[in-house]
Parts: sequence; C-alpha cells; structure tokens
Amino acid sequence: MQLHVIAGLILRYVLLYSRNAIRLIELVFWPVVDLMVWGFLTVFLKENTSGDFPHFITFLIGAMIFWDILFRAQQGLAISFLEDVWTRNLLNVFVAPVRPSEYIVATALVGMLRVGVTVIVLTILAAFAYAFRLWDFHFLLIPFFANLLIFGWSLGIVSVSLILRFGQAAESLGWAVPFLIQPISAVFYPVSVLPVWLQPLALALPSTHVFEGMRAVLAGNPLPQSNLLLAFGLNALYLALAAWLFALTLRNARQRGLLVKIATQ
Amino acid sequence: MAASEVILEVNNLRKEFDGVVAVENLSFQLHRGEILGLLGVNGAGKTTAMNMILGLTEPTSGSIHAFGLPMPKSRIAILRRCNFCSAYAPLPSNLLVWQNLLIFSLIYGVKNRRQRTAALLELLEITPLRQRVTGHLSSGESTRVNLCKALLNSPELLMLDEPTASLDPDIADKVRKTLRRVQREDGVGMLYTSHNMRDIEEVCDRVIFIHHGQVVAEGTPQDVVRQSDHASLEEMFIDLARAGGKA
Repeated sequence: MQLHVIAGLILRYVLLYSRNAIRLIELVFWPVVDLMVWGFLTVFLKENTSGDFPHFITFLIGAMIFWDILFRAQQGLAISFLEDVWTRNLLNVFVAPVRPSEYIVATALVGMLRVGVTVIVLTILAAFAYAFRLWDFHFLLIPFFANLLIFGWSLGIVSVSLILRFGQAAESLGWAVPFLIQPISAVFYPVSVLPVWLQPLALALPSTHVFEGMRAVLAGNPLPQSNLLLAFGLNALYLALAAWLFALTLRNARQRGLLVKIATQ
Repeated sequence: MAASEVILEVNNLRKEFDGVVAVENLSFQLHRGEILGLLGVNGAGKTTAMNMILGLTEPTSGSIHAFGLPMPKSRIAILRRCNFCSAYAPLPSNLLVWQNLLIFSLIYGVKNRRQRTAALLELLEITPLRQRVTGHLSSGESTRVNLCKALLNSPELLMLDEPTASLDPDIADKVRKTLRRVQREDGVGMLYTSHNMRDIEEVCDRVIFIHHGQVVAEGTPQDVVRQSDHASLEEMFIDLARAGGKA
C-alpha cells in the first residue's frame, strides 16, 4: 500500500467538507437531534417512573452515542464512494494507480474522522445537557468503540459492493444497511427482549455483544471479557467476508462493464 | 528516445456483453512517441477498447501488454506510467482547480508537485484558473484542467477519449498544439479517440478505423484515405457509418 495514494484520497474527501458548510452541519445535525430526542425521553421517563432509574438513562444515551459510531464509520465508506459517483470522479480514481485496498483504507479512515467529530460533539453535549459523562468510564469503553468502528467499516464495504453491483438505483443502501441490523443488535434493549428464535441471529452480530457489554460497563460491572472477545472474533470474520465480497463484486463489475457504467451514469 | 519501441500491444482483443460483441479480434501496436487515432462511429467499440486497456473492463479474450507488462495482472505498475483524459470524466466539480491537481499529484506520487503543477498550468495557459471552482469552468477551461491532471505524472502513454469534444475551434487548436508539443518534447505515446476528423488528420501519426468492434482500415491518415478511394477521412467516416462497415 502506498501512503501517498491514501493521503491523496483522504484529502479529496476532507476538502469536500472545507468547501461546503452544509456538509459539516450534516455531520453533527442528525446525531444532535437523536441525542435530544433520546435525552428528553429519558428525562421524561425518569420523572414519571421509580426504581433503579439512573442506569436506564445512561443506557439510552450511551447506546445512542455508540450506535452513531457504527453508523458514521459505515457512512465514511458508503458516502465517500457515492461522492465519487455523484461527481463522476470514479473513472479518474479507477484509472489511477489506486489499489482497491488503498481505496477502502482511505474511505475507512475518513469514516474514523467522521466518527471522531461526531463523538466529541455528542460527548460534550451529553455531559452538559444530561450530565452523562462518557469519560467517567475511563478507557473501559474504548475496546467496544473499536469494535463498532470495525463493524461499521464492514457494513460500509458491503454497502459499496451493493451499490457497485446494482448501480445508482441502490444508492439508498448507503444509508439503509446499518438500519437493517439495528433492531437485532440490541442497541436500546437487552438481547433477552428479542423472541427466542431471533436471539441466535442477534448473537451472531458483533454489535450485539458490544451493546450488551456496554450496558454491563455502564451499570458499573467489570468489563465483560467474553462479550469483547466474541465481538472481536466476529468482527475479524465479517471484515474478511466483506473484503472478499468487495473483491468479488469489483471483479464482476470489471467483467460486466458495470464500473464504467456507474462511473459515467 | 527509441522511436520504434512498442509501448502498447493489443492482440486479438474481444469483448462480449451478454451476447453482444463490442470488440472483435482487435490487434494493434502503439510505439513510443506515436499518436494513434482510434476512429469509429458511436458504438463501434473505441471506448470499450480503451476501457480494457485502462483496466476498467476485463476482456473476454485476447491480451493487452503495456511496457511489456500484462494488463490487468500488472494494472498498478502500468497505470503509474499512463494517464487518461476524457471529455466525459471531469474532475470533481465541487473542488478548486489547485485542490484537484494536488489530490491527483499525491495519488500519482508526483515529485516536486508544486513546480510540476505550475509548469503545466503555464503550458496550458490556465494559471489564472488555479483558485477557481472546477465546476464553474467553461468546457474549454475544464478540458485544459483535465489535461493538466493527465500530464501530472509525466505519462509515457496517454489515453485521450474525445479530448476536444465541445470545444470552440480556437481552444481545440490550442489543445492539439499542446498535445503535439508534449509528444515531440517528452516522447509521449497517445491513444486518441475523436469524432472530429480534422483533429485526427492534424494530430494522429496513424489511425485505426473500427466498426462493430472490428478493424476495417489502418495506416497513416493519408494512406487510409488513399486506399479507401475517398476524398477525406470525414467522407470515409460518413460512408462507413452508412454502409455498415464496408468503406
């Protein structure tokens, strides 16, 4: 892999944000809206229920911030690819000496930058508005953070592969793919809430183990090693599968002329 | 500069899309410092052939070697020494000209980026466009910026897909002269497609006419016209289009 190639590609996506304030606003607008909705909901529930409530508040706000890590990481890949499609730049990129792995690494790093911006904004806002201080958990949540980032990358690679295979008609998948797994990822509720037949499917996702583990940490329990190991193991498997799918789709696109078709649509 | 060195060799190239033959048995060689015109009506297979040479599309059969290296197996090594400019592949419209050139100079690993870019902007007479938004340029300006990007890595092989399409005669003339100068001074080999026969006669050392994916005539523009019994390349082009490939 050539660093100058990756640097060039990252610069291309980062400069887009410097050229358009709306894009920067979009980066934080929806996460902030989500945080406000979930934050005020938990405040309402706190005022109208009794019992062991403070944990419930942290679950919801923490889950919302964590979900955004996965979503923004996926978006980094999917939206960067779509940017190249929309601006008809894909042809210029693919006739340049850019390896598919360099393209994926560059867009994944763009995803990481997006995650960084969003998480910083949400963490500060949650601390001020709802007294939810993510830093109170020190470094315990970082391994979960890393797992969500990796799973977001896998989903991003799958999204790019689907758009490459089905063309611009499938571009809404750039946003939809993460939401396909959200209901069974136990983001806002424990996996035990799901029907028994759905639970094995949920447990086959790294995100489920992350959110289960996150709830344990937020409840003041020690870091659940088993959740963490399962999440890392599954992530390794899904990342390998996503890379294989992308390689296969790219080869198919080259054979069927789909790369040129999507680049010049 | 070895004038006879073959830098691109295409042998029995064939491409079929779902039963439709786009390119059939296409073979040719391109020498260092030579400009080879690939001519044909819309749908003749020119762009498909160019896409296969660039590694965007895989051939159904046949082989492509650039600088002695096989495509697509040595895609990256080949593309480092090539570049591409098309009227239909503009640079990202939402960035400034200098930003686009910086990005591609990084991607191609250009040394002395600043000097190289400044020299090319000067050569193409577009230095004042550096700070302009790429999407706000006229087609003539946009083509020259695109050409600037295509020359950034000092390519040995340049693929030009209708580079003068939709340009006024003055700008088209400037582009042709620049290409000739680059060919002469740097020994760049070029594969050139165009529907403008004036372009072809003025720029190309040799031409290949393809129709329905097959070669129907080959030689210098003058030879091809002479052999076909037409008064000009343009007349031959029109006849070919209307007669279904029998010039």
